[in-house]
Amino acid sequence: MPANRRTRIGLRTVALGYLGLLLAFPVAFVFYRTFENGLGAIWDALTTPNAIHALELTLIMVAVAVPLNTAFGVLAALVIVRGRMPGRGFINAIIDLPFAISPVVVGLALFLLYGRQGWFGSWFLDQGIQIIFSTPGMILATVFVSLPFVVREVIPVLREIGTTQEEAASTLGASPWQTFWRVTLPAIRWGVAYGVVLTTARALGEFGAVSVVSGKILGETDTLPLYVEQRFQAFDLTGAYAASALLAAIALATLLLMTKLKPREAET
Amino acid sequence: MGIVTLYLSVIVLLPLAAVFAKAGDNGLSAAWDVITSKEALATLKLTLVVSLIVTAINGVFGTIIAWVLVRDRFRGKGPLNAIIDLPFALPTIVAGLTLLTLYGPKGPFGFSVAYTRIGVAVALLFVTLPFVVRSVQPVMMELDPDAEEAAASLGAGSFTIFRRVILPSLLPAILGGMALAFARAIGEFGSVVLISGNLPFKTEVASVFIFGQIESGGVSGAAAVSVVLLLLALVILTVFNGLSRWSLRHAR
Repeated sequence: MPANRRTRIGLRTVALGYLGLLLAFPVAFVFYRTFENGLGAIWDALTTPNAIHALELTLIMVAVAVPLNTAFGVLAALVIVRGRMPGRGFINAIIDLPFAISPVVVGLALFLLYGRQGWFGSWFLDQGIQIIFSTPGMILATVFVSLPFVVREVIPVLREIGTTQEEAASTLGASPWQTFWRVTLPAIRWGVAYGVVLTTARALGEFGAVSVVSGKILGETDTLPLYVEQRFQAFDLTGAYAASALLAAIALATLLLMTKLKPREAET
Repeated sequence: MGIVTLYLSVIVLLPLAAVFAKAGDNGLSAAWDVITSKEALATLKLTLVVSLIVTAINGVFGTIIAWVLVRDRFRGKGPLNAIIDLPFALPTIVAGLTLLTLYGPKGPFGFSVAYTRIGVAVALLFVTLPFVVRSVQPVMMELDPDAEEAAASLGAGSFTIFRRVILPSLLPAILGGMALAFARAIGEFGSVVLISGNLPFKTEVASVFIFGQIESGGVSGAAAVSVVLLLLALVILTVFNGLSRWSLRHAR
């Protein structure tokens, strides 16, 4: 350990102090504020019809976005790492876009495409399908913002495992489909699982993009994060804190899952 | 390949094309007028300046935290390592409410940063914290402590060792993490919207400005400012890709 003791303790204090002030202390305080009013109050706040509806809608977002982006993520990672077609570099660059784009811009983009005056919006409305200010638009927004996670987690694992086993399988007469299910997928499963956890966390918590396209109709197009803001603006702090604490608890569970998955990922 | 391209086009590229098209709807000069209007300029300037400051601060603290996580030994390091990712896992609106609870008008400290630019900065510091840590940490793990020990035995002080031995190898990773943090900061919405108070010319950041424009029906204006953010995002991604190639070369 080259750094002398004083430097080490000093840096440790700085790091812990910064993390404490910025992360640990604020989150602990929200839990404190939530439980201040007792468990009964939290239960009441979380079981109002609007809160339950927000929770249901949030789960629908997850149920659609996660399988879609997982299937796409594995496929895209295979194309980028194993494919030989030109244009792979371009796809690789495009996939990161949702990370770099403001969620509000995502919302605006969907609004321009599927809104009443949008490119396709009027056609869909003629078919009786409302996308903006309704569930389909919110799903599209969620799929957009949570798109890159699985791809990004699977690509390094695919590079790491190499092609020897897959080649052996196909030499032994396995079809590409069999090779994928029996050889490739088991090898990348922890990478996929890690990506799924991250996708789920983002899909549960997305606020900006969903907020633009939802129209915020209480009890209709309200997800849990939107419900937090709505309760806060309505000066119902108990409701806002209760929903926040629920989301924060899910976030902490996500972290726990991530740490559980990480060492296994290192083993494979 | 075909499916991947189709999915990306429908979900990502087509909507973005609509933003560019809308911004150019009334001619480029109209879009330019919106972007250079006083309120839009003020909001873009605030966004860029605060994001730069925040990125710099987290560049320094992120590197320190990564060092502590890799080289230091103490009880509770495991949970500490896990909590770094909390800003990624916590919904942004909850992050905003959280910070407002502690550092807002009813906080326990008797001071408030709510509705000030410092409040905006605190929110951005929170959401961009993990980028530099997570980008530097793996590189630092690969670093051989022998070089540092050799420098120390030759009489170099801690700071000299850091500047001459550690920093050169870490620089691509630090800058890469900062690029991602900066990209996140300029577009951030959920965590800022509650704590900033959204006062025009004072605490209104670009994403909040765009949101306000959409709500009040000024979609063309929203699209014009969005294009500025989109172009910035493209530049940052290009820089980031350049940096990762640099660090790959560095690793060899």
